[in-house]
Amino acid sequence: MINRRDFIQASLAALAITGGTLASYRSAIAGQKITQDEILKFDAKGQVTLIHVCDIHSQSKPVYFREPSVNIGVGEALGLPPHITGKKLLEKFGIKAGSPQAYALSSEDFGELAKVYGKMGGLDRVATLVNAIRAERPNHCLFLDSGDTWQGSWTSLQTRGEDMIKIMNMLKTDAMTGHWEFTYGTERVKELVSMLDFPLLAGNVLDTEWEEPVFESTRMFERNGVKIAVIGQAFPYTPVANPRWMIPEWSFGIRDELMQANVDKARDAGADLVVVLSHNGFDVDRKMASKVNGIDVILTGHTHDAIPVTVNVNDTLLVASGCSGKFVSRLDLDVKSKKVAGFSYKLMPVFSDAITPDKQVSALIDETRAPYEEHMAEVLGTTRHTLYRRGNMSGTFDDLICNALIESQDAEISLSPGFRWGTSIAPGQPITAEDVYNQTAMTYPSIYKNNLTGKQIKDILEDVGDNLFNPDPYFQQGGDMVRVGGLGFDMDASKTIGKRITNMHLTASGKELEADKTYSVAGWASVNKETGTGGTPIWEVVKDWIREKKVVDLKTNDSIRLSNG
Amino acid sequence: MTKIKVEVLDRRQFMLAASATTAALMAGISSANATAEMAAEYIKKLTGGASMMEGKVKIDLPEIAENGNTVPVKVSVDSPMTADNYVKTLHLVSEGNPGPEMASFHFTPASGRANAAARMRLAKTQNVVGIAEMSDGKIYTAKTLVKVTIGGCGG
Repeated sequence: MINRRDFIQASLAALAITGGTLASYRSAIAGQKITQDEILKFDAKGQVTLIHVCDIHSQSKPVYFREPSVNIGVGEALGLPPHITGKKLLEKFGIKAGSPQAYALSSEDFGELAKVYGKMGGLDRVATLVNAIRAERPNHCLFLDSGDTWQGSWTSLQTRGEDMIKIMNMLKTDAMTGHWEFTYGTERVKELVSMLDFPLLAGNVLDTEWEEPVFESTRMFERNGVKIAVIGQAFPYTPVANPRWMIPEWSFGIRDELMQANVDKARDAGADLVVVLSHNGFDVDRKMASKVNGIDVILTGHTHDAIPVTVNVNDTLLVASGCSGKFVSRLDLDVKSKKVAGFSYKLMPVFSDAITPDKQVSALIDETRAPYEEHMAEVLGTTRHTLYRRGNMSGTFDDLICNALIESQDAEISLSPGFRWGTSIAPGQPITAEDVYNQTAMTYPSIYKNNLTGKQIKDILEDVGDNLFNPDPYFQQGGDMVRVGGLGFDMDASKTIGKRITNMHLTASGKELEADKTYSVAGWASVNKETGTGGTPIWEVVKDWIREKKVVDLKTNDSIRLSNG
Repeated sequence: MTKIKVEVLDRRQFMLAASATTAALMAGISSANATAEMAAEYIKKLTGGASMMEGKVKIDLPEIAENGNTVPVKVSVDSPMTADNYVKTLHLVSEGNPGPEMASFHFTPASGRANAAARMRLAKTQNVVGIAEMSDGKIYTAKTLVKVTIGGCGG
């Protein structure tokens, strides 16, 4: 393993010669000691320690992950975390540009800083942190996972979620909730849940016929004399955003009255501390915290936000722990008379080269990957610039996918869903088959080609835009905007449905889109059974395209312009 | 009613880029749907134009429908349900289905509670209006927005 400190010293030496953007960060970089002890350093408090991860998306190995540069807040969330990015984020939290924190939390100079600070995450590193906290705080800790754990990699898709079950069992998770978990379908989810050593909690999932609970809603734990109720809240819009045909008998929804009832029930049962393990998405949780009484902590998930402080709504603390195994949150709580009297919080960045991997978990990860390692390691090409997905409107990896769809399917326009999962690739790096799977590995990957009128395309974009920018968070589904290729438009996030999108035009000709004219459209990941499955999987098209290009050097996508009032 | 079913199903396909034919069908149906004005007209007929007060009626609907074909709805009215103070009728009115009339539930003091639950079909994003006629002639109302999306891009 590379010693990152040595590596940083070497980088600094190189900088002295080459100069460039990084040169200005010399002091920020040189002043840092990224060590395991430094990452773990914490001001311990109270009787209870909550350790939180979310949205791992089956990334068991260290990855690059660029945080979004565009993350617009609407309505009451305007200008509030997590809707602060780039330089403004650094200013808000007093983070020095070029520092390890800046690299972990913002998109600023990502490509350059990736060379210095390297990959993040790796569940064997996460295990080391979790176990160190447990060792420091015996009988104080709960390790909780907000879900989106079983999907997002080739190994998970091939083992239909089982690799992650084994790993999370070894990490001794105490409870989880879910979202993409459900895209393995009812029967497989039941099988996987039965393999877990811990509960999958989801109080808001009811069967469609009798509206009876499908999963356990609440698990009561006792730590250090404190009774802790953990209530699970699965992604409320799973059957809307993902294929309903895979889980036809399960109904979801926000159901905040049911949440209130479960909180009250937990309090009646003697809970000193009520924790909601949520996959609502951050803005939905912020609203839920203002509506439901008696929740002490919401461990959020779904929207992949990494916020270095807790966000407090009345008496509720909200924690946002990023994604892809990049962060581990530690929240210490001093509980007095069934209330949080004091707390201490740290979003711990998982700098993979600074943390000694847990041997046992490393071995298990290698074992789960072994049958697929050779296939995943195929180098398809290289990239000149950072490839990433996360961002409200577009991402360079989605530009690549959209280009591959247009060229391979001979379409005028392409569509790619605004997923938030998917890792990044630093400039100059090879693109492997595994990198492509990290953007595409899911259970309804088929590509399609169809003819749509200009009006239909507008309606689709407006509909998805409203799922993202509706000022009432309860109407937000937590995905980013559908990605488009071959098409440009202006979007005003502050407007209402039907009025956000203007100036739709074909990028090739500059011609305005006509409402009644028909255009050929290629896409993938349809939630419809016949369209989403059985055809060519998107990864084949993308792999072929990269193999053919060899070097990816995409033009900056400036065809989508976003304003916010 | 069959026509509505076609439309709602097609909304899902639509996102998935269904054929131009089905889309044309959809457009045809949309234009025939009820509007807020049609709903208001219908409510006027129900109430004889009497003035209505906000409140007492509670409509429990999902914010976004999972399946527009069968949306669970629970509706209740805050009332003691005694012989001299009870809910006589509770109407549900659509602002976006082909016709505004959805359901009317009749109660007596012997009902004990003015609660009803049903499944309904929603053709598109719309307000569902609840109207409660009380035994003393007062009328209460509430309105809830339900989104029926064509999208499927969460993640």
